[in-house]
Amino acid sequence: MTTLDKKHAIRLLRQMLLIRRFEEKSAEMYSATKIRGFLHLYIGEEAVAVGVMATLTPEDAVVATYREHGQALARGMSADSIMAEMFGKKEGCCLGRGGSMHLFDAATRFYGGNAIVAGGLPLAVGLALADSMQGRNRVTCCFFGDGAVAEGDFHESMNLASLWRLPVLFLCENNLYAMGTALRYTQANQDIAAKGPCYGMASAVVDGMDVMAVEEAAHAAVSHIRSGQGPYLLECRTYRFRPHSMFDTEQYRTKAEVEEWKKRDPIELLAERLTEAGLFNNEERQSLEQDVSAEVEASVAFAEAGTWEAVEDLTRFVYSERRKV
Amino acid sequence: MNQQTALRTITYRGAVREALCDALRRDERVFLMGEDVGHYGGCYAVSKGMLTEFGPERIRDTPLCESGYVGAGIGAALGGMRPIVEVMTVNFSLLALDQIVNNAATLLHMSGGQFNVPLVIRMATGAGKQLAAQHAHSFEGWYAHIPGIRVLSPATLEDARGMLWTALEDPDPVLIFENNTLYNMEGTLAEDAGPVNIDHAAVRRPGRDITLITYSASLFKSLDAAEILARDGIEVEVIDLRTLRPLDDATYIASIAKTHRVLIVDEGWRSGSLSAEISARITEQAFYELDLPVERLCTAEVPIPYAGHMEEAALPQVDTIVAIIRRMMDNG
Amino acid sequence: MGDFCMPSLGADMETGKLVEWVVVPGQRVRRGDIVALVETQKGLFEIEIFADGIMGEPLVQAGQTVPVGTVLAHFQSDQESSRTDEDLIIPPPPVEQQPSVPEASSEVLPPTPQVKPVLGRIACSPSARRLAMELGVDLANVQGTGPNGAIRREDIEQAAQHQKIEQEDDAPGRGLPPETTADETPGSAMRRAIAAAVSRSNQDIPHYYLETDIDMSRPLQWLEEENRKRSMRERILPVVLLLKAVAKALHDVPDLNGFWQEDRLQPKTDIHIGFAVALRDGGLIAPAIHHVGTRNLDDLMQAMADLIERTRAGRLRSSEMTDSTITVTNLGDRGVKTVFGVIYPPQVALVGLGRISERPWAENGMLGARRCLTATLAADHRATDGHKGALFLDAFNRHLQHPEAL
Repeated sequence: MTTLDKKHAIRLLRQMLLIRRFEEKSAEMYSATKIRGFLHLYIGEEAVAVGVMATLTPEDAVVATYREHGQALARGMSADSIMAEMFGKKEGCCLGRGGSMHLFDAATRFYGGNAIVAGGLPLAVGLALADSMQGRNRVTCCFFGDGAVAEGDFHESMNLASLWRLPVLFLCENNLYAMGTALRYTQANQDIAAKGPCYGMASAVVDGMDVMAVEEAAHAAVSHIRSGQGPYLLECRTYRFRPHSMFDTEQYRTKAEVEEWKKRDPIELLAERLTEAGLFNNEERQSLEQDVSAEVEASVAFAEAGTWEAVEDLTRFVYSERRKV
Repeated sequence: MNQQTALRTITYRGAVREALCDALRRDERVFLMGEDVGHYGGCYAVSKGMLTEFGPERIRDTPLCESGYVGAGIGAALGGMRPIVEVMTVNFSLLALDQIVNNAATLLHMSGGQFNVPLVIRMATGAGKQLAAQHAHSFEGWYAHIPGIRVLSPATLEDARGMLWTALEDPDPVLIFENNTLYNMEGTLAEDAGPVNIDHAAVRRPGRDITLITYSASLFKSLDAAEILARDGIEVEVIDLRTLRPLDDATYIASIAKTHRVLIVDEGWRSGSLSAEISARITEQAFYELDLPVERLCTAEVPIPYAGHMEEAALPQVDTIVAIIRRMMDNG
Repeated sequence: MGDFCMPSLGADMETGKLVEWVVVPGQRVRRGDIVALVETQKGLFEIEIFADGIMGEPLVQAGQTVPVGTVLAHFQSDQESSRTDEDLIIPPPPVEQQPSVPEASSEVLPPTPQVKPVLGRIACSPSARRLAMELGVDLANVQGTGPNGAIRREDIEQAAQHQKIEQEDDAPGRGLPPETTADETPGSAMRRAIAAAVSRSNQDIPHYYLETDIDMSRPLQWLEEENRKRSMRERILPVVLLLKAVAKALHDVPDLNGFWQEDRLQPKTDIHIGFAVALRDGGLIAPAIHHVGTRNLDDLMQAMADLIERTRAGRLRSSEMTDSTITVTNLGDRGVKTVFGVIYPPQVALVGLGRISERPWAENGMLGARRCLTATLAADHRATDGHKGALFLDAFNRHLQHPEAL
């Protein structure tokens, strides 16, 4: 990182903070049974989504994973619509049909919350193919975890995208665990970025706890893609501070390991850097916290006040309603 | 059809090719993608010569990665294209089952109606050419189980020619199953044959004594059987389902209300099959019309064997259809 | 004061065992602190608190297993003084907040076909069974020619043909019950009784006859729709509609419902319709179906089925033999088009119902095929005249055209 643009940096900080507080509130709401199903928290990984999204334009597309609240918020979806979705309310981004793992938003070209590991990669290839065939200079950014790298769809998609030189940013959030199994138990070669060149694809690794570094690396990747040089694999080394999902006793890693990573909390890293540079003080932190907290509380109130979709509508959205007959 | 309409001779393969070319010419968003569709000319030679006319962008050869390119088709549909994805055989489509079931069929619903998937997937199905147990199965009934997709089964030249464009105009994913034994079938087709509906079953031969429900290649075996039975004065009403999902119940229920007897001929296996579904619907909707139990003729529950005589024995055949109907009629 | 509750950690978690309190009462805790250890089927969890504040007395002790949502301890939130924000404390699970799916979902699920045992052990195809009811064929008398001797449509059609011929053979006794009780054995005695009754009727009662054709399309269509909602056993036969319509029409024209006694008409308030039942060994009885005017169709159907069965089994009550205030004779299922009946004294009228069949029907200058019924009235001219009779038949038709009101 060369220069610190205060306004921009504070914006990144606020986004990360919003994700953090939103996620904490989600855990609380889950414990209180307001949110059901599976709930996968992004806490610890905020720098990845926030850093990457900063480099995308509204015309670009995002394909996300099932741990995607952070990706959705960073992409610009409202906390209200996400919380309401997780409450199962009609006011949710998908009317309550999708839930935590399936957030979608046409307005921000957010193509979901995919809960089949690696299931979103071929979609990203196709979205990019459509752009390429229609001569549009847009990027499709596809998030996936280290677990997805073991799936066939990862390899098939890397090959297709590279073969057809499609504008895809393959964005790997390597948090070292595929659910509860460490990377070292699942990958013969744990260097994920190294799999890019195997498919003739440019790739890089970046510290996923450092939002400025992520942004810089993503910016380089997106520039590479936009200049027509084909897809790019960016591996962000990150860590989730929370269990895989709510019902997880974390037998597979030590507390010490978690604590070690927490020392590199992406929010505190940036806050400290800004403070050291004299661009940020306690008062500003307090005000930022209050601001974010109000937004999160408002989202809960919005979700609470939301309504249930009528059961009579149960079989809607199986087939399109505007079908020609 | 207009009496003056000129007829020409064409094969089923030719009719499918004509439909593809027509679609590619009509809409620049349409492209064909799949294994060996371009330089090879299609595993069943359906797309032969099309690369020359439309170029490699629109007649797009893919690597052998069914999940990858079917998923890419879904993504391209989301991105505003109208892809036609060709999967070589239904057996191979199982490698893409996740993409079809977990993405194509669910995205509209999961997104609360925001993202529809206007995708067409074509694949060859069926036995009869000694291709053995990994190239000859009939899984279209499985696909018909899944809400969110439409499943078509063109048997006639008109449908081979006409269903594709209607499917491309549909906003949701449509799977088209082409029985591999039909590609060489030759017949006459109207010079101006065009799009057909994909909603209704068709009565291919009217009759008062018994209803025979079938689809795809079994249709022709059924029609042959009906011809033989007609010599004995048994009039079989032959219904071609055409669309396997959603099923057009009304057409076959109306027929049963007339004949009170029904035989289902399905090239799929019997257990948990499309024929089982239809049988259940008949019991639900036309129980009091039945004068005999619903009968089914399906493929023997064995992986399709290679040896010709064994394969023939495994599949529904004309003489079996005739024998079953004779027995049913003897019993009333 | 808020509550710290047993949290829900997964959709499949119903209870949790409090293993250990990590904090003591009065201890200050901060949001995110671990306050207790809870064991579930998935293992031991550290349970965090979602607000800053002071822990209160525990309500659940270590070692206890409690359902999700149970208050484990009270909790004094720091925010309570400034704003009563209980959101920060885990509220108990809002059980009643879920949408009430069960009631409504029954509307979206496909209807489950009702499984009820059908009429006993006779193997019969569903279609033939329905046809038998329509044609009034008793399955017990039919020889099946289908698989394993099952009865099929053709068998019913043949049986119906047979029955028709038999009925035409013993037509003379139609329309009149004997003046006997049911325990008298049928046969020559009954024949004699019938002979006596009809002779007396013909001698004493100056009959007049009226006839009208009725378009049955609407009532039958309505009935078919109604029957679709019913199981086979609960289906209503067209004749029940006709009986009810007779009762309604009698309500409008009460002079036809009563007795001619002591040289004057004595109209009756209750409508008990004598329904002519043909006996298997020949002969007729017309026992009363009581209070037809006030019973609904299902009730009437049941009453009629019961009456026919008991009549044929010879188990009628004496009141059923004497209470009828009018008689209906229905020979429609015997293929007869028009019935001109003989009044059963001291009654003053008899309604005759013929076969319902498709006939040419002109309406608004258009000719079409309609399902029609010829209904007749035989009435005692001492009690009423033709005008009354005409009003009755007109009312009968009118009520039939509004089957939903029957």
